[in-house]
Amino acid sequence: MRRTLTLVGLAAVPLAVLGVFFVLPVAGMISEGFYDDGRLDVGAVLDVLTRPRTVRVVWFTVWSALAGTALSLLLGIPAAHLLHRRRFPGRAALRAVLLVPFVLPTVVVGVAFRELIGEAGPLGFLGFDGSAGAIIAGLAFFNVAVVIRAVGAAWESLDPRPAEAAAALGAGPAYVFRTVTLPALRPAIVSAASVVFLFCATAFGIVLTLGGLRYSSVETEIYLLTTNLLDLQAAAALSIVQLLAIVVLLAITSRLRAVPDPTVARSTARPPRIGRRDWPSIGATLLVAVLVGLPLAALVVGSLQVGDGWGLGNYRALTTEGSRQALLVPATSALVMSLRTAVDATWMSLSLGVLVAVVVSRRSHSRAERRARGLLDGLFMLPLGVSAVTLGFGFLITLDQPPLDLRENPLLVPIAQALVALPLVVRTLAPALGGIDDRQRQAAASLGAGPLRTFATVDLPVLWKPLLAAAGFAFAVSLGEFGATSFLAREENPTLPIVIFHLIGHPGAMNYGMALAASVVLAVTTAVVMLAVERLRVPSLGAL
Amino acid sequence: MRRISVLLPAVALALVATGCSTIGSGDDQGGTDAKGQPTRVVLVTHESFVLPEDLQKKFEEESGYQLVVRASGDAGALTNKLVLTKGDPLGDVAFGVDNTFASRALDEGVFAPYDATLPAGADQYVLPGDGGDGKARALTPIDNASVCVNVDDTWFAAHHQDPPATLDDLADPAYQNLFVTPGAATSSPGMAFLLATIAKYGDGWPDYWTKLMDNGTKLTEGWSDAYQVDFTQGGGKGDRPIVLSYDSSPAFTIAKDGTSTTSALLDTCFRQVEYAGVLAGAQNTQGAEELVDFLLSPEVQAALPESMYVFPVDSSVQLPKEWAQFAKQPTAPLEVAPADIAANRDDWLREWSDVTSR
Repeated sequence: MRRTLTLVGLAAVPLAVLGVFFVLPVAGMISEGFYDDGRLDVGAVLDVLTRPRTVRVVWFTVWSALAGTALSLLLGIPAAHLLHRRRFPGRAALRAVLLVPFVLPTVVVGVAFRELIGEAGPLGFLGFDGSAGAIIAGLAFFNVAVVIRAVGAAWESLDPRPAEAAAALGAGPAYVFRTVTLPALRPAIVSAASVVFLFCATAFGIVLTLGGLRYSSVETEIYLLTTNLLDLQAAAALSIVQLLAIVVLLAITSRLRAVPDPTVARSTARPPRIGRRDWPSIGATLLVAVLVGLPLAALVVGSLQVGDGWGLGNYRALTTEGSRQALLVPATSALVMSLRTAVDATWMSLSLGVLVAVVVSRRSHSRAERRARGLLDGLFMLPLGVSAVTLGFGFLITLDQPPLDLRENPLLVPIAQALVALPLVVRTLAPALGGIDDRQRQAAASLGAGPLRTFATVDLPVLWKPLLAAAGFAFAVSLGEFGATSFLAREENPTLPIVIFHLIGHPGAMNYGMALAASVVLAVTTAVVMLAVERLRVPSLGAL
Repeated sequence: MRRISVLLPAVALALVATGCSTIGSGDDQGGTDAKGQPTRVVLVTHESFVLPEDLQKKFEEESGYQLVVRASGDAGALTNKLVLTKGDPLGDVAFGVDNTFASRALDEGVFAPYDATLPAGADQYVLPGDGGDGKARALTPIDNASVCVNVDDTWFAAHHQDPPATLDDLADPAYQNLFVTPGAATSSPGMAFLLATIAKYGDGWPDYWTKLMDNGTKLTEGWSDAYQVDFTQGGGKGDRPIVLSYDSSPAFTIAKDGTSTTSALLDTCFRQVEYAGVLAGAQNTQGAEELVDFLLSPEVQAALPESMYVFPVDSSVQLPKEWAQFAKQPTAPLEVAPADIAANRDDWLREWSDVTSR
C-alpha cells in the first residue's frame, strides 16, 4: 500500500504536466477531426486510412525511420566506445562537436547538405540530391549523437573486469563484445534506438528538403493537411496512426530492453589509451566525423564568404539590426533569448525526468505494479512521436479557458520544449537507475537512512553522469527546437533559430551569409555549453 | 553529499536571479486598466511580419494603446489558426491573410466589418467579393508582391542564349534542366506559381506541368532552397539560371557596376495581396481599427519594401532607389478568383502532387 502511494505521489506532478500540456491539446485536436458540424463521424476518419496515398506515406515513414535508426546505431555504437572508453587528446571537444547537429535548425542543415550534394556541389556527382539515401544520411546526421551519448554514458560506467576475464580465458574481441559487453549494454542501446526511431519517424524538414518533394512521411502529411488544407479529419486519422505506432514500438522495446538481471557492476577505472586494436571504433568515429563535419564545414565556409572574397563581415553584421532591418533584433539578443529559454526547458525536463525515471526504474513487486510502471514509461515517450503541428494547434484550441488560460503565457514555449526533451532525459536516466542493485538501497534503509537519504547516497552518485548527459540533451533540444516553437505565439523577442529562418527566407547575399554566420554562432555556443557541462564535476560524487 | 544539496538550489536561484531564465519577463497585465478599458492592441500575424521599432512607438504614442505582436507560422498556418479559434480569437486584429487564403477566412466569419479609408491606388487590391452592394468590407489591403519567374541575365549572356520570356518557354527543350521552383504543396510562392499556370492554361494545366517536369524542372521544399541553393545568383551559387521568386527580387542582385544581374519575367506573375482585418469578437475593436488605419499610413507604407520585401498599396508612396530602378511590377498579372481557390485548393494540390511525382 505504501509502495503504491509513493509511486502515485512521485508520478503525480509529471502526470499532471503531461495531462495539461500534452494529452489535453492532442485529444482536443483529434476530436476536432472526429466531429463534423457537431456530429461524431468516425467513418470519415477511418476512410482516410484506406486511401492509397495514406498507405504509401505510412510505409515510407516506417522504412526510412528504420533505416535511419539502423545507420545511427551502426555508426554510433563503435563511436561511443571510442569516445567514452578510450582516452585520447581532444576527446572532450569531439564529444561536444558531435552534439552540434542536434541544435541546428533543419532549414539550415538542409541548405548545408544541399550545398554539398546538390547538382553544383562538390559531391554533386554522386547524384544523391533528392534521393531516399540523402534523407537517411540526414536522419543519421541528426541522431547519431543520441546513440553516442546514451550508449556512451552506460558504457563509461561498465565494469571492464568481466570482459577482461573473458579475454584472459581466450575469447576473441568480437566474441567478448557479443557475449559480455553487448548484453550489458542492451538496455541502453534499445532505449537509444527507440528514441532515435521516434525522432526519425517524426522528422519533418529533412524529409521535404533532402527528398526533393518526392517523399512524404506521416509528419509532413499532417503538416500539409493541417496548415494548408485544414483537413482535420485526415490529420486526425494520421495522428491516430502515429499514436498506435508508438504504442507498438514501446511494447516491442520494453520486451527487448528487459534483461534478467539489470544490475550493473560499476567501476570508474581510468579508461585505457587509444590503441591499434581499436581500429573498428576509430573507423566508425572517422565516418561519423565526416558525416557531421562536412555539412558543418560547408556552413563555416559559406559564412566567411563576403561578396567574392573572404571576411568576417557576416559576423559583424549580426550585432546590429542591419541597414535594411533584415534582422528583427540583433542576433546577439536573440542568442540570449535562446539561452534563457533553454535554461528553463532544461530545469523543467530534468526535474520531471528524474521523478519519472525513479518511478519507472524501481523493481516491481507484483505484475500489476510492473504493468503500471511500464504504462507510465510509455506515456512519457508519447510527446516524441506526435506531430508538433497537432500539439501547437491543440494548445490554441484547448488552453483558452480559465483556469487553463495559458495561450499567452511566455512559459508555454519552454514547457513544450521540455516535453520533447523529457523522453530523452528519462531514457538516459532510467537505465542507470535500473542498474543499481536494490540491495544497496535495502542496506542503506536498514542502517536507518530515510528514502531521501537513500536516494542521495545510493542513487544520486550513479545518476550524476547520466544527469549531466541528459542536461546536455535537454539544453540542445531546446536551443534548436523549431517545430513547436514556431507554432506558439512568440513574444517580441525571437529566438536565434527564428532569426536564422527569417534571414535565409529573403533574397540578398548578405542575408544568406548572415543566416549561415548565425548558425555557426548557434553551433559554437552549443559546443561550448556542452564542453562546460562535461567539465562540471563534483568531487565528492565523482570519486565513487 | 552536503555539497550538492546546497549547490543545486543555489545554481537554480542564481539562474533565475541573473535573468538566465524567462520567468518573470512576461507581461502579466490582463490588457485592461482599472476601469476595464482595454490598454493594448494584440496583433496576430505571420512570422515574416516586421514593423520597425520607431513606427511601433509612434503607434503607441498616437493611440495610447500598447501594441502586442504575436507572430508565428506562415500565411496558411495563420489563416487556419484564425479559423480554429474564431470563437475566442487570439487577438484584436490580424495581418497577413493573403488572397489565396482570404475566402476561407471570410466564409468562416473570422473578420468583423470595417471600412478603412483606402489611400490612392489601393482600390485595385480589394478582395473581389468582399464588401460592395452597400456592405462594409472585412479585409483591408496593406501590401502586395507578385510571384514571378526570375532569370539570371549574366548567365544567359555568357552562354549566348536568349533568356525565356513566357510560361511556354519554360517547357521548351532549349531551356532543359535550367528551371527550379519551390513546390506548391509546401511553399506559398510555389502555390502562387501553380495558380499562375492554372490561370494561364485553365483545365489543361496538368498537361503543362507534365511537360514542365519532362523538361527537367527541379522542385524544392521552399523558396530559400530554390533561390539560395540552386539558383545561379543565390547565396550558394547553384547551377540553375531560372528560378521562381518575386518581382522585387532583382532589386537585391545589384552588381558592382550598379545594374541588376537578374530580371523578373512579367508575363509569368501571380499577384499576392496581404490583408489586415479586425477580428470578430475582439476585446479592443477601437484599437484594432486604429491599427488597420495606421498600417495604411504613409510612414508604414513607405517602410514596407525594406522591412517586409513587399510593395505598398499606396501608389503615392516613394519607393527605395533600387526598387524604383530594378523592381518592375507586372501590369496584368495572371489571376484566379479567390472563391475558386478556396473551392479547389484540395483537388488542385492533390492533382499537382500526382503529376509532379510521376
